[in-house]
Amino acid sequence: MASIGKIARRTFLLGTAAVAGGVAFGYYSYRKPLANPLKDELAEGEATFNPYVKIGSDNRITIIAPRAEMGQGSYTTLAALVCEELDVLLDQVVIEHGPSAPAYYNAAAMREGAPFPRFDESFLAESLRSTMGVVAKFVALQFTGGSTSMIDGFERMRHAGAAARETLKQAAARRLGAQAASLTTKDGIITDPASGQTLSYGDVALEAADLVPPSDIVLRERKNWKILGKPQPRKDMLAKVTGAPIYGVDVDLPDMLYGTVRMNPSPGGRMKDFDATTALAMPGVKKIVAIDSPYGHGIGVIADNTWRAFKAAEAVNIKWEKGPIPPSSADMEALLTEALKGTDSFSLRTLGDPDLVFADAPHDSIVEAEYDAPFLSHAAMEPMNATARLKDGLLEVWAPNQGPTLIDAVGSRITGLPKEKIRVHTTFLGGGFGRRIEPDFSDYAIRLALEAEGRPVKVTWTREEDMTHGPYRPVAKARYRASLDEKGIPRALVGSVASPSVMTSAVGRYYPDIPMGGPDNALIDGAFNQPYGIENYRIDGRKVPLAVPVGFWRSVGNSYNVFMHESFIDEIAHAGGRDPLDLRRELMADFPVARAVVEKAADMAGWTTPAQPGHARGLAFSLSFGTWVAEVVEVSGQDGAIRIENVWCAADPGLVLDPLNFKAQMMSGIVFGLSAAIGQQITFADGAVEQSNFHEHDALRIDKCPRIEVELLENAPHMGGAGEPGTPPSMPALGNAIFALTGKRLRRLPFANEIEFA
Amino acid sequence: MIEFTINGRAVKIDVEPDTPLLWVIRDEAGLTGTKYGCGIGMCGACTVHVGGRATRSCITAVQDVAGADVTTIEGLDSEGMHPVQQAWRHLRVPQCGYCQSGQIMQAAAFLKDIPNPTDDDIDAVMTGNLCRCMTYGRIREAVREAAAAMRGETVNG
Repeated sequence: MASIGKIARRTFLLGTAAVAGGVAFGYYSYRKPLANPLKDELAEGEATFNPYVKIGSDNRITIIAPRAEMGQGSYTTLAALVCEELDVLLDQVVIEHGPSAPAYYNAAAMREGAPFPRFDESFLAESLRSTMGVVAKFVALQFTGGSTSMIDGFERMRHAGAAARETLKQAAARRLGAQAASLTTKDGIITDPASGQTLSYGDVALEAADLVPPSDIVLRERKNWKILGKPQPRKDMLAKVTGAPIYGVDVDLPDMLYGTVRMNPSPGGRMKDFDATTALAMPGVKKIVAIDSPYGHGIGVIADNTWRAFKAAEAVNIKWEKGPIPPSSADMEALLTEALKGTDSFSLRTLGDPDLVFADAPHDSIVEAEYDAPFLSHAAMEPMNATARLKDGLLEVWAPNQGPTLIDAVGSRITGLPKEKIRVHTTFLGGGFGRRIEPDFSDYAIRLALEAEGRPVKVTWTREEDMTHGPYRPVAKARYRASLDEKGIPRALVGSVASPSVMTSAVGRYYPDIPMGGPDNALIDGAFNQPYGIENYRIDGRKVPLAVPVGFWRSVGNSYNVFMHESFIDEIAHAGGRDPLDLRRELMADFPVARAVVEKAADMAGWTTPAQPGHARGLAFSLSFGTWVAEVVEVSGQDGAIRIENVWCAADPGLVLDPLNFKAQMMSGIVFGLSAAIGQQITFADGAVEQSNFHEHDALRIDKCPRIEVELLENAPHMGGAGEPGTPPSMPALGNAIFALTGKRLRRLPFANEIEFA
Repeated sequence: MIEFTINGRAVKIDVEPDTPLLWVIRDEAGLTGTKYGCGIGMCGACTVHVGGRATRSCITAVQDVAGADVTTIEGLDSEGMHPVQQAWRHLRVPQCGYCQSGQIMQAAAFLKDIPNPTDDDIDAVMTGNLCRCMTYGRIREAVREAAAAMRGETVNG
C-alpha cells in the first residue's frame, strides 16, 4: 500500500493538478454527505429528497441536471436516469441546471485524470482512479467536460431517483396502512394492489422528504429499463426552434445595462494608458473603466445597449504593452523544435527497451516522421458573455458556463464576499467545446458590475475579442520513429511530443495559488495510451511554455496526438507493405474491443473491396475518454481538389443510454475534427493573433459536409464518454485517405495550407 | 425616429440610423431569438425576414428597413408549428441550438422560392449558415421534410 500512497501523491501533480497542494483526506469526511443546496430555495408546498429531485404538492416534479447543456443532450439524459428509477415519464418533469454547489462535483472527470491507459485494469490503476474521484469531492469541482457527464451521473442519478421513490412509498405506506414493499409505482402514482387505493407523489411529497431512504436499494437491471437505452425525446427542442431566451446572451433583467470589453491583443501584456474622451461622448455610453484581471488587461465599457458598447470600445484610444510571448508562430515553432532536441522530458508508460532495438536496427528498417498541429480557437457560436449584479451584498452571475464552482471562486476573489453571498445561474450554452470552463468572461462581468451601482450588466464580447484571446488548443510538434521487422511489424516505436501544457496553463488561471509542476498526461494523451501491442514502446512529452493561454479544446491532447500517432501507424503500414487495417488488427490482437470497432468501421466502408475510381479511403482509431472509436474517411479527387465524400464510424462506449443522441455526438465530433483538419489555425505575428473572425477561422459548411454513418457497439467493460471521442480519429483518417488517393503524406495541420478542398 | 414593423407590431426606434438591425431587434425590441454570431454576415445566426426575404440583420442598418415588415423567429410561429419548425423538432435537428433560429429563418424563406429543392439547392442556400455542432446532415433531411409538408405531401412519422 505504501507504494500506492507514494504514487498517489505524485499523481496530484499529474493530470489532476487542479487539486495539487497536499489535500489531506480521510474516510470519514469522504463518506459524509454533502449538503443539499436545494433546501434553501424550495417553493411553498415543495419538498426535496436529495440534490437532484424536488417534488411539489401540485405534482410538479423537478430534476436537477447539474451539467451544462451545450448541445450534447446531457440535460435530457441525466434527467432520464432519475426518471427511470423514480418511475415517472420524461414528459412529467421539469429539468433545471440548479445552483453551483459541492454536491454536484464531477467524480468521473477526476478518475479519468489518472495517468493510466483506459485498458489498464490493474489493481494500481483502479486504486488510483477511485482515489481521484475522492479528491474531486474534496475540492468540490463542478464542471462539464472530459466527456464525463453520463459516466459520472449513471449511478448517482439513478440512486437519486430510487431513493426518492422509496421514501415516497414509505410515506404512502403510513397513510394507507400498508407495507412499503407491497406498493407499486408508475408514472408518478403509488398504488396499493391489495386495496386498489392510489396516491400521487405530490400527495405524500412533504411527508416523504423527511424520511430516511432504505440503505439497501438495488438499482434496476438493464433488461427492465423503460426509458434508458432507447432514443428519448429531447426536452429542449421546442425552445430551440422558437428562439426562446435560454442562452447567456439572452439574459434580460430589470434595469439592465449592457457592456463589452476590449483586452490587450498581446497575451499577458498590460495596458499602459487609455484615453476614453471620444468614446465617453458617444450616445448611451455610461462608463469606461480599466480592467486589471488575472485573465487580461484592458478596458470595459458600460452603455445602454450592446452595439453602443461595441462602438465605444472601438473608439477608446489605448496604448498596449507587448506580452511576454514569442512574437511569431515561427519563433514558437523554433522553441518546439529546440525542446524535441533536448533531454527534458517525461514518460508515463515505457514498454521493453526501444533504445536497444534502435541501436541494433538496420538503417532501412527505420521509419521516421515529424508532425505539426496549430493553435485552434473553440469558436463556439455564442460569443463569450456573462451578466453580473452586485446588490445588497449579494453577487449574482448569469453565465453560459462549464464550471460554476470556479465562478464562485473568482467572484469571491474579486469581491471578497463569502461563497454563501454568491449565486451562479447557469444558462444554456451556445456551444462550449471546453472554452466555457474558463472563468474569464465571468470575471470581467463581475468587475463591470462593481461599477454599475447595483444594476445588472450584461457583458458581451465581440467575435473578434473572442477569437483573438484564446485560451487556445495548444500548438504541438512531434517526432515519431519506428523499426520494422521483415513482416512490417514495428519492433519498437518511440515518439516525442512538444507542446505547451494545458494543465499548467489552466490550473494557473483557475487556482493561481496552487503551483503546477511535474508531468502532464494530457500532453501525450491519445499517444501513450493506445491499445497497440508493440513490444518496445515509449512516448515522451516535453512541456514548452509559450505564455500563450492554452485550454481544453474538444478532446484536449487527443486532438493532436491521435492525428500524429495514427498518421504514423498508417506510415508504418505503407512502409512495411501492410494494409492499414490488417496491420492494426494484428497489433490489436490483445485488445478485442479495439479490434471489433476497427473491423466494424472497415466493414461499413467496404474496406476490402476497392474504392471506386478516383476515390480512396483512410482508416484511423483512437481510445479516448473511455470510448473506442474507429473511423474510415473516403475522399475523391476533383480537378486537383479533395472532396470528403463519406465517413463511417464505429464506436464502443460500453453502454449507450440514448443511441440517437450518442450518434449525433459522434457525427458532431467528426465534423468538428474535419473542420480543424481542413482549414483552422490560429497564428501569431508581432505578438498577437492574426485571425479575427469566421472569414479567417471558418468551419465546414453544409456543402462540404460528408455523409456520415455511425454504428455503436457495447463490448467495452467500462462506460465511455460521447462528447469528445468522435473528434480525434477524424483528422488522421482524412490525412490517411488523402495519402491513399494522391501519394502525398500531409504531416502538418491544417491541410488546406498544402492542398485544395472542394 | 425610424418606423417599421416587427412580427406585425409597429415599432418606432430612436437610435443612430446606422445601428445594425440585429441589435435593435435584440436590445431595443427585446426579441432575443435572433442571434449575434459574427457581426460580419459570415455565420447567418442573425437571419431574419425583411419583406419576406432572408436577411442578415447584423450587417443591415436599421435605417434601411424603415417602412419594411421584419419577421424574426418569434414571429414565424411562436408555438413552433411552422412546417420548418415541425421538421426541425421531429428530426431533433438542434444540438446547442444557437444557430438554429437563423437556419430555420433561412430555410423558411428559401422554401417559398424553391418548393421542391434538390440536395444541391439545399447546400447552395444553406452554406451561409454556420453550425459548430455540425447538425448539417439533419438540416438537409429536415429541409426536405419541411418542403414535402409545405407542398401538402404526407411526411413519415
